[in-house]
Amino acid sequence: MSHLDASRGPARAGVALAILLSFAPRHAAAATAAPDTPAPPAAPAGLVFEDVPNDAGREMDLRWTLSPDDTSGGRRVTGYLLLRAATPGGPWAVVDSVGAGVHEHRDGTLHRDSSYFYRVAAVGPGGRTLAGAAAGPAIARAAWFNSTRGSVLAFMALFFLLVLYYMYMAQSGRKPFVRRLAGIDAIEEAIGRATEMGRPVLYVPGIQDIDEMQTVASLIILESVARITARYETPIRVPVAYPIPFTIAQEMVRSGHINAGRPETFDAKSVSFVSPEQFAYVASLTGIMLRDRPAAHLFLGSFYAESLMLAETGFSTGAIQVAGTANVHQLPFFVVACDYTLIGEELFAASAYLSGEARLVGGLKGADMLKVAIVVVVIVGCVLETMGVHGLTRWMQTQ
Amino acid sequence: MKREIPLFLTAVIGAVMVLGFFMPHPWISVPADFLQQSAVIVVAFGYVLGGANLLRVHLEAISRRERDWPYRIVLVAGLLGTVSVGLFVDGPGFQAQGARTMWIYNNIYAPMNATMFSLLAFFIASAAFRAFRIRTIEAGLLAVAALVVMLGRVPLGDFLARPLTDHAWVPAWLREAPLGTIQQWIMDVPQNAAKRAILIGAAMGVMATGLRVILGIERAYLGGGE
Repeated sequence: MSHLDASRGPARAGVALAILLSFAPRHAAAATAAPDTPAPPAAPAGLVFEDVPNDAGREMDLRWTLSPDDTSGGRRVTGYLLLRAATPGGPWAVVDSVGAGVHEHRDGTLHRDSSYFYRVAAVGPGGRTLAGAAAGPAIARAAWFNSTRGSVLAFMALFFLLVLYYMYMAQSGRKPFVRRLAGIDAIEEAIGRATEMGRPVLYVPGIQDIDEMQTVASLIILESVARITARYETPIRVPVAYPIPFTIAQEMVRSGHINAGRPETFDAKSVSFVSPEQFAYVASLTGIMLRDRPAAHLFLGSFYAESLMLAETGFSTGAIQVAGTANVHQLPFFVVACDYTLIGEELFAASAYLSGEARLVGGLKGADMLKVAIVVVVIVGCVLETMGVHGLTRWMQTQ
Repeated sequence: MKREIPLFLTAVIGAVMVLGFFMPHPWISVPADFLQQSAVIVVAFGYVLGGANLLRVHLEAISRRERDWPYRIVLVAGLLGTVSVGLFVDGPGFQAQGARTMWIYNNIYAPMNATMFSLLAFFIASAAFRAFRIRTIEAGLLAVAALVVMLGRVPLGDFLARPLTDHAWVPAWLREAPLGTIQQWIMDVPQNAAKRAILIGAAMGVMATGLRVILGIERAYLGGGE
């Protein structure tokens, strides 16, 4: 397979070199053939092809039977050469080469719905020998649906149905009970404390761009946070690492002030672009913490190595700190250094908690129900695997 | 219309991206790839806005002589200097070996970056000191688990623990590498279970947020006003 071959770069380069060397002097060698020149290896046979399923129509799997001379320790075969043509008569072009003992290859350089013919040649010190007949026509077709992702589709459809159902129920007046989360309650408490101390609130939306869903969730929460700070007339500072989240963050803070009924208190400079460079961003934030001494630090979003640097610096300033991330490796740092931590999905639920909007809260219930379904599937899967039934496991595997 | 058009675009583009995951056919995957790659253009414009904001904030602070304003001069000079060297001195080859921007990157930026990163060691030490103060049962369990994992990951841990486990009543599988075996179990079973639970929850949070945005239920990102 091509992905296995790709991991053996130097070995493949060696094979290719050996093959090239075996070809290069072919004409000259014919003219001055020495009596002890080894004979070319016997031809490989049984070349078959199979369109790779569930792809965009660009790949073909090829398999053949090894040359009888391709024996372990033997040196009559150094590799195989794969040739491709648009017609059975050629012209043939070399597609790729593989080492001795390899009997399969994935050709990933095809055009969709085009016909191809393949031949395979064994190559050795004595020359090359082509397999007798060309295999073909091989036509790579594009699949409309990746059937290995059927389980994902099923769970996604179930999830969407549950979320939509509970949203509808919540809108109909049956708002589900939602347990309060200490971390989310602490956000308002932290802002209140900053107000009492007359100091700003520092909101950090993580160090990832807008294509990271944690950044999206954080920016949605920012609107609620900005609304509270506007209501309390407390300044907020939002340093942002990437330009697109920066523009959205500006809009969110403005939106928070408008929704709080205080559009005139919005300060465009409260949201600032810093740098997408990780430690330049850290330097800027720690500078803000140490110079301006915000009374509340809210770290909500995607964080990496900088998480502990920010949280520890913030801890040293005595600020109340609330963090939230779905990056599991950073959670311990936040748990240690912050007063409250939103763990994983709590970050995504925070906007629904803070807004209290029925439709958003209904969505939380739908997510919880899917978790129940996943737990059931995990238990059933364990039982079936123990009994030697692998159907469910296979269905859950994706490519 | 200020809200309807972005909502419509979000719904359509979101649907194409979701379909692209399930449908490899070029009729779907090519537009999905194109949309993903087009984001680069939007980001490029975003950098112009970001750079303008950076200059505006710091130049205003310098003109008002706000606290620590000389540091802001360093920042603005660094920004303008690097951009000028890249644009007017190096040109298109600004990333080539020997380019002046690469010299700035390797000799000014990279050492400062490494300096910041190296501070992490000290932050870990101070955080670990607080984390391992045993005040509750949970903190005690954490400290013991951490001690076992840390010792179990180095040969010295097993060397020290072997005399304690070198008895007939200790199972054979535990005798050879006692701490190493226990730490591996901690990492593979309780740690992995907790991590996977968090990841499954987070993945559903991602899906829920995506669904809310695509369906227009979550529209805070559109900003205030109509």
